Amino acid sequence: MNLHLIVEVLPLLFEGMLLTAQLTAASVAIGLLLAVPLALLRTSPSSVLSYTIVLYTFVFRGTPLLVQLFLLYYGAGQLEWVRSSAAWSILREPYWCALIAFSLNNGAYTTEILRGGIRAVPSGEIEAAKALGMSYALRIRRIVLPAGFRLALPAYANEVVLMLKASSLASTITLMELTGTARKIVAQTFSPYEVFISAALIYLGFTFLIVHVFGRLERHMAKHQQRAKLKNHSRPRDRAAAKVSASQKVAP
Amino acid sequence: MNRFKLPLSFLLAALMFGQASAQDGKTIRIATEGAFPPWNSVDTSGKPQGFDIDVGTALCQRAKLTCEFATQAWDGIIPALNVGKFDAIMAGMSITEKRKQVIAFSKPYALTSNYFVVRKSLGLAEMASHLKVNLSSQAEEERGILQALKDALKGKIIGVQGSTNAEAFVREYFGDTVEIRTYDKQDNLNLDLVAGRIDAGLADYSVWKAFLGSKDGAMAALYGPRISGGLFGPGIGIGLRKQDKELAERFNGAIEAIEADGSLKALSLKWFGADLVSN
Repeated sequence: MNLHLIVEVLPLLFEGMLLTAQLTAASVAIGLLLAVPLALLRTSPSSVLSYTIVLYTFVFRGTPLLVQLFLLYYGAGQLEWVRSSAAWSILREPYWCALIAFSLNNGAYTTEILRGGIRAVPSGEIEAAKALGMSYALRIRRIVLPAGFRLALPAYANEVVLMLKASSLASTITLMELTGTARKIVAQTFSPYEVFISAALIYLGFTFLIVHVFGRLERHMAKHQQRAKLKNHSRPRDRAAAKVSASQKVAP
Repeated sequence: MNRFKLPLSFLLAALMFGQASAQDGKTIRIATEGAFPPWNSVDTSGKPQGFDIDVGTALCQRAKLTCEFATQAWDGIIPALNVGKFDAIMAGMSITEKRKQVIAFSKPYALTSNYFVVRKSLGLAEMASHLKVNLSSQAEEERGILQALKDALKGKIIGVQGSTNAEAFVREYFGDTVEIRTYDKQDNLNLDLVAGRIDAGLADYSVWKAFLGSKDGAMAALYGPRISGGLFGPGIGIGLRKQDKELAERFNGAIEAIEADGSLKALSLKWFGADLVSN
């Protein structure tokens, strides 16, 4: 084991690192854009729409991502009518194939995660919104989505980390992302330990970043709950504050 | 706890027995890729087959060794040899200075002859196919041929199998004027050539022959000179651990023997339809 080599290959992995970050960020973003409407439709009363979405999530969660990637990349490339269609200008490029497969896969998982969150929104909150005369759209925007997203956040953070690691599959369709670059360097140096340790360190760095960002987001979104806790601990002041606010309310 | 003791001791015995037999009975485990026809591939039941396997079997017979073939992904084939998962590599692997730094080689049992294959629909300028470029020689004429090839392929997308001499060659000689895509398997490279994602590929003649003979291969053709020497090394050899000197000796003796009696050439004709073993 050559500790020196671990540090030495880090800059060589930089370009692959950028591609990994780009692929992960883009597919998570597109996946989320897909998942929000799909999760809402999935929880909507319309059974036809709901079943269509169930089929989508079932297919994409029920098959390995690698198979989906190969079907899109090598499979579509075999069909003459795909090659002569306008879509070929996109499917021709490995980058777009990877992005499409990752986004659809990530979207399927995120749809189910968000659905769980939306289902878990207390019915009392929704009834309260109805009682206040909020329209469906307003209710979704102000109550269902924020509360549902907060409930789904821990599971969603997990999915983003999984997506980061799944992006390594892009190396199988000639994209030289982090894992692909690492494998190339291994083939040149024949030192798998050192190079893969470097790559693993970069993945750990990314994961740390994702976990950190989602941790902050979680705390931010749960602010109202934290304040409630603080109040319970400092009763006397709390009462004083309550008095002030009560008098303020009455005053005008 | 008692319940676990018996199976554990069986396991230990099996492990020890396994090791002992590998040394005493000389069961040589040979790694091959299984995705590089006609050098090596796997049949429908998953068993390795091909030129490497037939040569290996003939060599082991001569050297009085018991051998077994197993498949191992190309990427990790050298590390797998060095950590002892296998005792030898026969996977159409060419002998290079770079590989010689980490493993030893037997003498070559086949030669290399690399060609570009391009899509016919590209309509590249005609280039004579009987030309030969030996990268080890510095002849003016050969450099001219290489330059002409470089000009013809300028701006094209070239596919190569990753971690091969072909990749090293394209990067060094054409890296500044072409886009390079690397594949884990030659099969996938062929698929993308047919699909039109890449314009050309570089690989050994033996590999192209199988592809060009297939239905899909009709849309592609050999292009430019035969390239050998230099980066491509003296030929295809058996990869061995550096400390296994005795095994290397036995293989070398066996290679000489099957070369002399013509059975190596017969195997080359059987798998490649051409003599890729005689100088």
